[in-house]
Amino acid sequence: MDNHKLEYLLRLGDSTLVLGQRLSEWCGRGPALEEDIALTNVALDLVGQTRLWLGYAAELEGAGRTADQLAYLRDAHQFLNLLLVEQPNGSYADTLARQFLFDTWHYFQLEGLQRSTDARIAGIAAKSLKEVTYHVRRSADLVVRLGDGTEESHRRMQDAFDDLWMFTGELFESDAADAALVKDGVVPDPEALAAPWQRHVAEVLEEATLRLPAGTWSQSGGRHGRHTEHLGYLLAEMQFLQRAYPGARW
Amino acid sequence: MKEWPLWEIFIRSQHGLAHKHVGSLHAPDGEMAINNARDVYTRRNEGVSVWVVKASDVVASSPGDKGPLFEPANSKVYRHPTFFPMPEAVKHI
Repeated sequence: MDNHKLEYLLRLGDSTLVLGQRLSEWCGRGPALEEDIALTNVALDLVGQTRLWLGYAAELEGAGRTADQLAYLRDAHQFLNLLLVEQPNGSYADTLARQFLFDTWHYFQLEGLQRSTDARIAGIAAKSLKEVTYHVRRSADLVVRLGDGTEESHRRMQDAFDDLWMFTGELFESDAADAALVKDGVVPDPEALAAPWQRHVAEVLEEATLRLPAGTWSQSGGRHGRHTEHLGYLLAEMQFLQRAYPGARW
Repeated sequence: MKEWPLWEIFIRSQHGLAHKHVGSLHAPDGEMAINNARDVYTRRNEGVSVWVVKASDVVASSPGDKGPLFEPANSKVYRHPTFFPMPEAVKHI
């Protein structure tokens, strides 16, 4: 049971960590000062949530590792994040599409986790949900503005959704670890999140005058440590300091 | 989203009694100005109220008017509420 829980916490904490890292790359490069600050805020929210998830994971693991060591001293094949979040930032449209698809999933997932039979998970979820409610409102708002904006912004937004769509199937996958936790009421059923997610995404895309991508082919593997070529580079940058100066503190 | 006019931001903090001007920012419209104000000025401090006003809608007194507008009151002591005995209990209002 604790092994399943550990796996689940890593999948969650790794996803918020990798996306937080991706958003940090925008720092100082945002399209406007206000957007720059907002993106960095969201990044900090996600990194803060990571501390809580990985902190709990480290305790469950009981091997004397800390959240920091989990973040900085594991290799790509040991990361269990969703493939969606490791995709490169691309243009602002790519970043927004990635954010909106993730935020919507994140929102429904945390809503379910709030009712977890594990009090600690329920507490972290309730705290995170406050932040994520804002994230999803913001990303939906921007998707509508750019989708229903100029010809150029509409085209870029549509391309971004078309490109990322193949990574959305993985959001609702379920394996033995999930099934065991669902049975004990620790986590919501991943497959049950698909319907509300679909509904919200469809509504927002319609308002943005965008069409839902039609592709049904999906790529997965992130939750089992099989990643796209992008994660290795991201970790090389993120983990450089701890790799070069093991145990360095600041 | 082509035009990003300037907005003035007023915030009432959790225990504040009135909205205070905290600064300005650029945004295409009021709704986004509120979102941006939340990120730039409130730092997720729950329970705040935000007003955003297009800078072009603010009419300000001109610095040259300072004298005629504000100074007469200083020489009219009868306008200053300093001649009222205050009960001990409310000395420090």
